[in-house]
Amino acid sequence: MIFPMQRREVIAVAASMAALALLAGLPLADDGFWLALAITIASYVAMATAWALFSGPTNYVSLATAAFFGSGAYVVSALAETAPWPVVLVAAAVVGALLALATGLATLRLSGMYFVIFSFGLAELIRQLVTYYQTQFTGSVGRYIFVTISAAEIYWQLLGLCAIGLFAGWAINRSRLGFALRVIGDDETVAAHSGIDTARAKVLLFSISGALIALVGAVMAPRFTYIEPQIAYNPMVSFQVVIMALLGGAKRLWGPLVGVIPFVLLYEWIAGRFPNHTHLLLGLVFLLVVYFVPQGVSGWLEKAWRKLQGKSA
Amino acid sequence: MRKHLIGTLAVSAALMAAGLVQAQEIKSIKIGTAAAKTGPGAGGAGVTHWPNVKLWVAQVNKGGGILLKSAGNKRVPVELIEYDDRSSNDDAVKAIERLATQDKADFIIAPWGTGANLATAPVFAKYGYPQIAVTSVTDKGPELAKRWPNSFWLLGGGQHMAGSLVELLKKMNAEGKIGKKVAMVHVADGYGLDMVAGARPALKAAGFDVVYDKSYPLGTQDLSPIVNEIKGLNPDAFIAFSYPPDTFGFTEQSKIAGFNPKVFYVGVGGAFPVYRNKFSAATIEGVMGTGGWDVASPKIQDYIKAHKEANGGNEPDAWASSVQYAALEMLQQAIERVGALDRAAVTKELGSGEFDTVIGKLKLKGNVRENPWAVGQWQGGSFYGLSPTNLPGAHTPILKPAWK
Repeated sequence: MIFPMQRREVIAVAASMAALALLAGLPLADDGFWLALAITIASYVAMATAWALFSGPTNYVSLATAAFFGSGAYVVSALAETAPWPVVLVAAAVVGALLALATGLATLRLSGMYFVIFSFGLAELIRQLVTYYQTQFTGSVGRYIFVTISAAEIYWQLLGLCAIGLFAGWAINRSRLGFALRVIGDDETVAAHSGIDTARAKVLLFSISGALIALVGAVMAPRFTYIEPQIAYNPMVSFQVVIMALLGGAKRLWGPLVGVIPFVLLYEWIAGRFPNHTHLLLGLVFLLVVYFVPQGVSGWLEKAWRKLQGKSA
Repeated sequence: MRKHLIGTLAVSAALMAAGLVQAQEIKSIKIGTAAAKTGPGAGGAGVTHWPNVKLWVAQVNKGGGILLKSAGNKRVPVELIEYDDRSSNDDAVKAIERLATQDKADFIIAPWGTGANLATAPVFAKYGYPQIAVTSVTDKGPELAKRWPNSFWLLGGGQHMAGSLVELLKKMNAEGKIGKKVAMVHVADGYGLDMVAGARPALKAAGFDVVYDKSYPLGTQDLSPIVNEIKGLNPDAFIAFSYPPDTFGFTEQSKIAGFNPKVFYVGVGGAFPVYRNKFSAATIEGVMGTGGWDVASPKIQDYIKAHKEANGGNEPDAWASSVQYAALEMLQQAIERVGALDRAAVTKELGSGEFDTVIGKLKLKGNVRENPWAVGQWQGGSFYGLSPTNLPGAHTPILKPAWK
């Protein structure tokens, strides 16, 4: 066995599988608003988990999520009408990984603020390149995606991506790569001195994360029917993923999960009740969260759990 | 406690009974709408979508509501349920799902923008709501209507609009008003590319001499090199398929450079009242732009007045605003003709009926509005429709006077 598991882990895996099976049944109960909401949640859980795979252990805050997401969506617009769906998905993952690889090689030697700014610029750069390509060679920036995939099918694929993301995170965590990344996150200089090929480790993980996010973009693309660079490379996606992952706590594998769900529900609730003041109220909520839950929802939950155990002991 | 429970039960039973008896009583007609209030689309939706929705609801309710045969031939007021789609198409889809399944809206107003309308079209179709899309410029109208028979496309596409512009230039050339030299520039984005794709073959077919045909990236700040280069070519007609910031930029730069062709055409934003207010009516005299309406018609005049009253003095733009309002009038008339909140019947009526709206008699063909306004011109501070020249109220173009 490649991964000898502890009893606790067996329980965790079994519980996750059961939860996944339960969640997969949702489209049978409702295929309207609740399914649409579940799609938003699942897409952000998948993206935030993929984001935290890289950014959690390394402490590199990436704002390039939109670049991967948009590229995945564009792969669909280019191939969906000619290639079978699994091929389209593989192509999207490859494009995401290659994009991460290329940018990773060029930039992961940057750190701190410089990397944040660069990753944000990357989404913009890719957007401009796609626009340039479309204007020069296709004569139209908008692309229609007429693929008949039901909302339930999109949802199931997203659940699958969430599972893959969580599994990848778990597997990496216990591998040499995961250990190397934690060392890098603590102190990159020390990591380099102890013989860790820091650039290689970071680029590898960035590619896995990029491929997963590109897959989310590919799965979501048929839902848009029509994409333009401005729609596909929406910078709000990058920001929201960071906010959600940090809200949950990026240090734990399940952190993004507990960040995304309350975030999306809260966003939806505020948007429904106060359509004219959504962002104002959301900003207020953020302030309160940062002030009262600085370690993220997962940190807060763990603290509460420890307290509970301490009392019962 | 027990007494209280029994009391509650009795009251609920009574209420239920009353509900059964008055099943036909409809308190309000729920109309849902979701469009951008925040994000990149908020500016555009704030000009064409929200003010007209607001005006329409106010007007309908001032008259008592929508007349329903099924409600005992009474007028039933409209209750508006609005959401912000935050300029995100995923959120737009969710908002329409929410309106259809949670709020159980009777009808839903189509969202703002090409992307949002296309993203939500499958949802409108799934629940059988008519979707009267206004603010989406697309040449694929007929194809989309075939795909989603409950969708209607009212603003036309780039091919028609650019073709209509060339038609106008051809006429002016035949009348000896302008020569054959045309300089054309477009923004490298959806609207600019669609328009230029329509304009190129039309200009060629009409025998025009295109001396300049280049694009500029979205968000270009300094347009003076383009203006100066074109000025050196001395064209008869200057065509800019531009977005609002560039529309303002080209105007400003041309005025500074003293570039004064006989035909000066700008794209989106040229028909906005704010364009005139920024430069003054005298400055933009003779400027042509995308859009148009029969501004002299009493109906449009009344509409402008009502729009200003309902929206704090803001005038509607001369392109999509009146069409958006007309779409809502269509909806009301279709519901009243059917006499019930029967979405299938209303959809059928929208596709086949003729409607009396602010933009005149409106009858769709294959769910698409044929021959919409494409080109207008500022004359004496008002934006007049010029082309298609066979539309009622089409004005005669004037040659652009010198900048003031």
